[in-house]
Amino acid sequence: MSYRTERHNETLRLSLLGDWTIQHVGELERSLKTLVRDEVKSIELDLSELKSLDLSGAWLIYDFRTQLAGECPVTLSSPEPPMLQLVAQTLSKDGSAATSVDRGSRSVVENLGRHAWGRFAGWLEGLAFLGVTVLRFLGALKDPRVWRPISIARHVYDTGLTAIPIVALIAFLIAVIIAYMGAQQLQQFGADIFVVDLVTVGVLRELGVLLTAIIVAGRSGSAFAAEIGAMKLNQEIDALKATGVEPIEVLVLPRWIGLVIALPLLTVIADAVGVAGGALLCHLLLDMPLVQYFQRVDESIATWTFWVGIIKAPVFAVLIAAAGTYRGMQVRGSSRELGRLTTVAVVQAIFMVILADALFAVLFMEIGI
Amino acid sequence: MSANSVIIVSDVINRFGPQTVHDGLCMQVERGEIFGIVGGSGSGKSVLLNTILGLRRPQAGRVELSGVDITTLTDSELRQLKMTYGVTFQAGALFSSLTVLQNVQLPMLEHLDISDRALEELALLKVLLVGLPADAAYKYPSQLSGGMIKRAALARALALDPKLLFLDEPTSGLDPISAAAFDELLVSLQQELGLTVVMITHDLDTIFRTCNRIGVIVDRKMISGTLEEIIDNPHPWIRQYFHGARASRFGASRGA
Repeated sequence: MSYRTERHNETLRLSLLGDWTIQHVGELERSLKTLVRDEVKSIELDLSELKSLDLSGAWLIYDFRTQLAGECPVTLSSPEPPMLQLVAQTLSKDGSAATSVDRGSRSVVENLGRHAWGRFAGWLEGLAFLGVTVLRFLGALKDPRVWRPISIARHVYDTGLTAIPIVALIAFLIAVIIAYMGAQQLQQFGADIFVVDLVTVGVLRELGVLLTAIIVAGRSGSAFAAEIGAMKLNQEIDALKATGVEPIEVLVLPRWIGLVIALPLLTVIADAVGVAGGALLCHLLLDMPLVQYFQRVDESIATWTFWVGIIKAPVFAVLIAAAGTYRGMQVRGSSRELGRLTTVAVVQAIFMVILADALFAVLFMEIGI
Repeated sequence: MSANSVIIVSDVINRFGPQTVHDGLCMQVERGEIFGIVGGSGSGKSVLLNTILGLRRPQAGRVELSGVDITTLTDSELRQLKMTYGVTFQAGALFSSLTVLQNVQLPMLEHLDISDRALEELALLKVLLVGLPADAAYKYPSQLSGGMIKRAALARALALDPKLLFLDEPTSGLDPISAAAFDELLVSLQQELGLTVVMITHDLDTIFRTCNRIGVIVDRKMISGTLEEIIDNPHPWIRQYFHGARASRFGASRGA
């Protein structure tokens, strides 16, 4: 309790004691609320025994006075300390009526309209980005000086070379899992040899490229968005533009091209490791000689099996790079935006990759390969 | 003299690898003064500030804040200490995903147990105190001008009613009129709230308008004194700084 109360008839005398500072504002505020004021007509504050008063303590006194102003006047027994004057001055300057800005509640219909328009505008913006990038690419085809081999090499290294261990490990594990599950089922029919077909066709046509694309979307899609987004926040993009350098040309195109080179190469590695993983499991679990395994691999793949997988890789690469760079370019304002758009980039990249894979499946079925 | 000293830095050595930034640097700041730290780019002004704030432990030497040697404190003791001072950083360093009001409230929420109403009103008081309009309190840092960001950063530094304030280049990047207004605000707040202010600055106008004493970092040590003493100092870098072309208008008027 940092004050003492005395009653003189209808006047309550509060003598403030000790430190009225920010560390004690919480408890002082609570104890002032519980102050018994029945039949008190006026309150007198005595600040003479106060040891220290800071801005927050002064605000508490000020607030106490203004809150009670209607019911019972609060007077000071001594002249106002400067801290209290400062609070009163500051708050009166702006009327202190500053309450949070009215954000305006909207009707359901208006919200729906705004949302729909926002979506539509977003699509248009994305389309425009795609268009500009493609135009820049076509321009670069004509003028080879615009190619940035060092930048492209860096992105091939970052998105491709450094991803080899994780891509290989996951391809290996997935192939082993498929082979194991397949062996359990097919052994019942004595059809052990078809495990090889299962692994080979599954990995080469679908899983090799799909898993690689998903890993790369997580690794590089996010990296693209975060890198470009941070540059945007840091005004580096503005600096590029002001120097007469087109950001699409130096930041976006090299990433697209780099990934288009890297992803098919990674897919080849994933395919090879997957087939090898199948071999290891067949050898250990089914006692299949390696020679027989690879003979069967050779028989099971048609002319197109390998190419059906590989052909998808550059398309997936463009989708991942587009999502990453586009979302990165959209970042503005705050670090929270950066996090949000990086997440959006990865989610959209993975979604588009899987959607495209489904479309490819239909396409290949229609043309019969 | 030492009984009235808020900050005593003695024989501090700071090294980064083979590079020595401070070699036996001493500095003393008295209660209630505005102390300006001046030095060339790369002379270790920000390193010194980080050392005093307890963000960086020096390789040797003592740093006393209100009589406590902070180089020997544990992490939790340092946390307590950090409640007693306010800091603004060069680019403002406002949290970009929070409004100005929320920026000011953050240290309060972290360290105080007060009602929501008090939290709102106290934060608003700080925002108004630094001369920002009330509607600026609900804006995000990206919606503010450079001068407003500096003021908002000051409001956040004042959130816990500190007695000690550290400012890192508070007027850099402001136009002369805004800078002058900021200096004026700083001096009036310093007097009204009884603050001790330590300020890194390159702005000669700010130095002449606000600082009681100055410390110049030269040759990995600090030379400190009143404005007149420093201006008369024969050290070549200091002469260049205060008597160079940009400073001559001040030098001439002071007849130094």
